[in-house]
Amino acid sequence: MSSPQWLVDRRSAAVQTDQFAMPSSEEEVWRYSRVADVDLNQWAIVSDRSEGVPAEASALLESLGHLSGAVVVRNGAVVASRLDEALSAKGVYVGSLVDGPDAQNSLGVVADGGPDVFGRLNDANFLDGVLVHVPAGVTVEAPIAIIDWIDIDGSAVYPRLVVRVGADADVRVLDWHGSADVAAFVSPLVELDVDRAGRLSYGNVQLRGPRVWQIASQVSRVLNDGTLTASHAGLGCDYGRMRTDCELLGRGATGNLSAVYFGTGSQTLDFRTFQHHAAPDTNSNLLFKGAVGGQSRSIYTGLIRVEKDARGTNAFQTNRNLKLSDTAWAESVPNLEIETNDVKCSHASTVGPVDEEQVFYLESRGVPTEIAERLIVAGFFDEVLEEFPVAAAVPLIAAAIDERLDAGVNS
Amino acid sequence: MGELRIQGLMAEVAGRQILNGVDLVVKSGEVHAVMGPNGAGKSTLSHVLMGKPGYTVTGGSVTIDGVDLLSLPTYERAKAGLFLAMQYPVEVPGVSLEELLTEALSAQGRDASVVHATVAGEAERIGLATRLLDRPVNVDLSGGEKKRNETMQLAVLRPKFAILDELDSGLDVDALRACSRRVEAATTEFDLGVLAITHYSRLLEELKPDVVHVLAQGRIVAAGGPELADELERTGYAEWVEEETPATAVADPFADPFADPFA
Repeated sequence: MSSPQWLVDRRSAAVQTDQFAMPSSEEEVWRYSRVADVDLNQWAIVSDRSEGVPAEASALLESLGHLSGAVVVRNGAVVASRLDEALSAKGVYVGSLVDGPDAQNSLGVVADGGPDVFGRLNDANFLDGVLVHVPAGVTVEAPIAIIDWIDIDGSAVYPRLVVRVGADADVRVLDWHGSADVAAFVSPLVELDVDRAGRLSYGNVQLRGPRVWQIASQVSRVLNDGTLTASHAGLGCDYGRMRTDCELLGRGATGNLSAVYFGTGSQTLDFRTFQHHAAPDTNSNLLFKGAVGGQSRSIYTGLIRVEKDARGTNAFQTNRNLKLSDTAWAESVPNLEIETNDVKCSHASTVGPVDEEQVFYLESRGVPTEIAERLIVAGFFDEVLEEFPVAAAVPLIAAAIDERLDAGVNS
Repeated sequence: MGELRIQGLMAEVAGRQILNGVDLVVKSGEVHAVMGPNGAGKSTLSHVLMGKPGYTVTGGSVTIDGVDLLSLPTYERAKAGLFLAMQYPVEVPGVSLEELLTEALSAQGRDASVVHATVAGEAERIGLATRLLDRPVNVDLSGGEKKRNETMQLAVLRPKFAILDELDSGLDVDALRACSRRVEAATTEFDLGVLAITHYSRLLEELKPDVVHVLAQGRIVAAGGPELADELERTGYAEWVEEETPATAVADPFADPFADPFA
């Protein structure tokens, strides 16, 4: 399969016009990050197309129950895709981006070039890209799943996903980031486009292997009365970063952003969020909850920006962190930037150990200390997981959290 | 016949001595009320017995049937047969009642498969709506519901001895009656021994005490039959409380007249 000319041109333009200088951790948005340790020369960009569906991906799809459609991406190449015929007939598309409807206009529709150098690298280097397209007025009942799998050691992979939800359309998408136990550098760019009164629920599970470095970007735009719900579970990687840019561009648009993350060992999990209110009566609600054990680190920095004409805005931002060991470290920096008076905004952030009173309460009923702490930590994530867009993924996320708790996190 | 024996119990909080040698023996099936003015050390007593962090025992002993409780972590005290119904039951988001009780019973090597049915039965008995049972422990419950929930857990766990820390605070009359009746019934049903810590006698209308103790300034200063509770209700605790002397009235000969009053 060869790329169409427009894509070849686009890629070479990205390469020619852009600087690929690495950002510095002096910049606020990269503060505390490990970007200084990223050496792109260390990784080989995958250009050969992988084939065949990995057994792990098949097993995952199996465990997700009924799906409307599914795509398997292996080292950046789409190796399988399917979609219910009835939905195809209605104009829904799930598959390789270049083969999709209006491909040229869909790519970069929300994040042309992405928010940083890694977005531009993705533009220049992504192999296939995936497009999920739901035309206006169509409701997709069962979720659509994308399994993004990496299994080439030493590779640099740039996954690209574009989800376009038409006016008054409705769809749930699960984007599963997994890998074999390989060392790899992965930089996904996800574009979420919600048209007027459209509803997109997007769940992203990052469960890559422990030697993967991932720097991801999720950029969304929501038009009038549209609703985006984007949830993330950040569990894998040596260094796992996700930047979220939610642009509420139309009156009455809503962005619900949530995440759970759990660091163990020497992991670093790094989250930057931007809630951008550019239109009146827009709503955003952010809840990121994380736990750090072992010597792991987590970083959360968030900015709510309310523009002058975004009167009637409601914007909330909450980041809560549990510190499970003395050597773990969590940073939380919420920020507001508001240019109008007519808003309801709040932000809250906490970093602390498991609540001693809660532990005592459970212990007083006869629950051993260790089990009490475990119940509380698992319960801490419930609030987010209960609302996770694809319910079938929740037991898998909970199991991964249990696995981490089993491995021990207190030292 | 079991026995909760507290002897010469002394404890401090943040370096301040609160309990100054408490002596008390509760036998199975008995109800002992501990009454006293604010600041007498009532809540400290209940917390120290259950092993809450932040309290330091500086003397004395506590045993259940000869087992030394003070050397045990809290959950082992529960296993030894002690239960504390808390004055302020803690909300534990994300943990369900059934999870809690299942783990509690399993840890004690008891059959946890009956939890669901037992909870349903006990909830009905104490008037706790079924829909509340699926909520995370104590989350969004009213004062009365929390106390019913505490009492229901007591009934499910069937401890040997229960400390009720102001079970009568923050709840309505109906809930108070339901809770105290349930505890009273437990004293015959499973021979529960009760240490009811309270400020008022209203708890004791349905829960009949065998002995009423007065706790003041960290020790038991008087004991009597149920009639003592009524008397305390009428006369108050003035007899046992030191006259509060306003701090400013005591002239400190070394006081610095130029000291920062906000220091």
